[in-house]
Amino acid sequence: MKTYYNPEDLKKFSSIGEFEPRLAKKFFDYYGEVFKEGALTEREKSLIALAVAHTIQCPYCIDAYTQDTLEKGCDEAQVMEAVHVASAIRGGATLVHGVQMMNKFKELSM
Amino acid sequence: MFLKFSKQLDLHGLNPYLPKNIEILQVNLGKMCNQTCKHCHVDAGPHRKEIMDMDTMQYCLNALDVLQCKTVDITGGAPEMNSNFRWFVEECFNKGVKILIRCNLTIIEANKKYYDLPHFYKQVQVEIISSLPYYLPSKTDAQRGKGVFDKSISALKKLNEIGYGKENSALKLHLVYNPTGAFLPGNQKALESEFKIKLKNLYGIDFSSLFTITNVPINRFLQYLKDSGNYGHYMEKLLQSFNPKAAENTMCRNTLSVSWDGFLYDCDFNQMLDLKVNSSAQHIKNIEKEILLKREIITGLHCYACTAGAGSSCGGETASD
Ligand code: SF4
Ligand code: SF4
Repeated sequence: MKTYYNPEDLKKFSSIGEFEPRLAKKFFDYYGEVFKEGALTEREKSLIALAVAHTIQCPYCIDAYTQDTLEKGCDEAQVMEAVHVASAIRGGATLVHGVQMMNKFKELSM
Repeated sequence: MFLKFSKQLDLHGLNPYLPKNIEILQVNLGKMCNQTCKHCHVDAGPHRKEIMDMDTMQYCLNALDVLQCKTVDITGGAPEMNSNFRWFVEECFNKGVKILIRCNLTIIEANKKYYDLPHFYKQVQVEIISSLPYYLPSKTDAQRGKGVFDKSISALKKLNEIGYGKENSALKLHLVYNPTGAFLPGNQKALESEFKIKLKNLYGIDFSSLFTITNVPINRFLQYLKDSGNYGHYMEKLLQSFNPKAAENTMCRNTLSVSWDGFLYDCDFNQMLDLKVNSSAQHIKNIEKEILLKREIITGLHCYACTAGAGSSCGGETASD
């Protein structure tokens, strides 16, 4: 079956450096630093990543961070709450534009 | 399909793969258990009849002297179900060695004759190591059987009551976390602090430390990986995470494992695969330290579970930063 997305491609992520090694290295170093324990724990960062993965609807990231949150000891309720946070922000972002719509609606109406 | 473990060792200049010493004698008192956990590498259960007899136990006691082991690590099945269990533990105590017991917790609640186990442990200053895959019931019961979580919590409370696992207490109570599925354990320290907060807040339970253990792809867990279609992915993950530092500190390099019938193995996993030590001294009866120290450790694909990430052993991580 031909598809745009292939789960096997996730493993090849690091090969992105093949065409442009310098920037790829900078990116992966940065990526590694970002996910290290800091003011937030690695577990908290992993849950944020999972929520963002759902917002940008990236199947690779959803695959990777479902596994990562499991490894970090998160349970079903915690990962699903993270997805609901993403969903609420996405839904809210749509809905809040309703104010703009109402403004315009009122502006044009008698 | 996967790179042989011995080849991997070659690539990192770690061959020949020999023990550094024999500091711990791990004794399996039998395969009988009151539980039948899904991931159990021993294939233990109430139906198993393989139990160590008193003669073999006596040989193990002699071996502690011959090998000059400082620690005896008593495991099973549920080792407490061996009718000579208490005698054996007392004899070890009289020798002054450190005693570790892998207690599944529910045994304490299983039958009246086990109710006083916490007091017995305290008397002979046993260090307790117990599995608790998660701090909530669902995942624990999914792996270890229905109702196991509640019984484990009740047993932990009894151990806490007599001082086990309390802050600054000499009575050590360690918990073992192993993933409830086809994934690797996360950072031991991070999981330990998460477990400490949750178990304290939810149930008022204290414990000494958390050991994270990677599930080894043999027996029931291997079958689960195959049945669920996760085998290839899991093995790839183990291979990708190979850490040479962990390979230097695998438990086979300082532990000798004895089966219920007295045969010797590099570790508990090799024991379950019936890969006896590569040595002329294969039985506890004719144990010889010098010969055993020269043996080459028998390895296989399952060894990748001990060398992934921060490493894994019966005492948790082996290559933490
Ligand atoms: S309690 Fe331990 S020995 Fe018993 S079935 Fe579970 S994992 Fe196996
Ligand atoms: S499985 Fe056993 S023999 Fe293999 S590395 Fe682990 S402890 Fe050593």
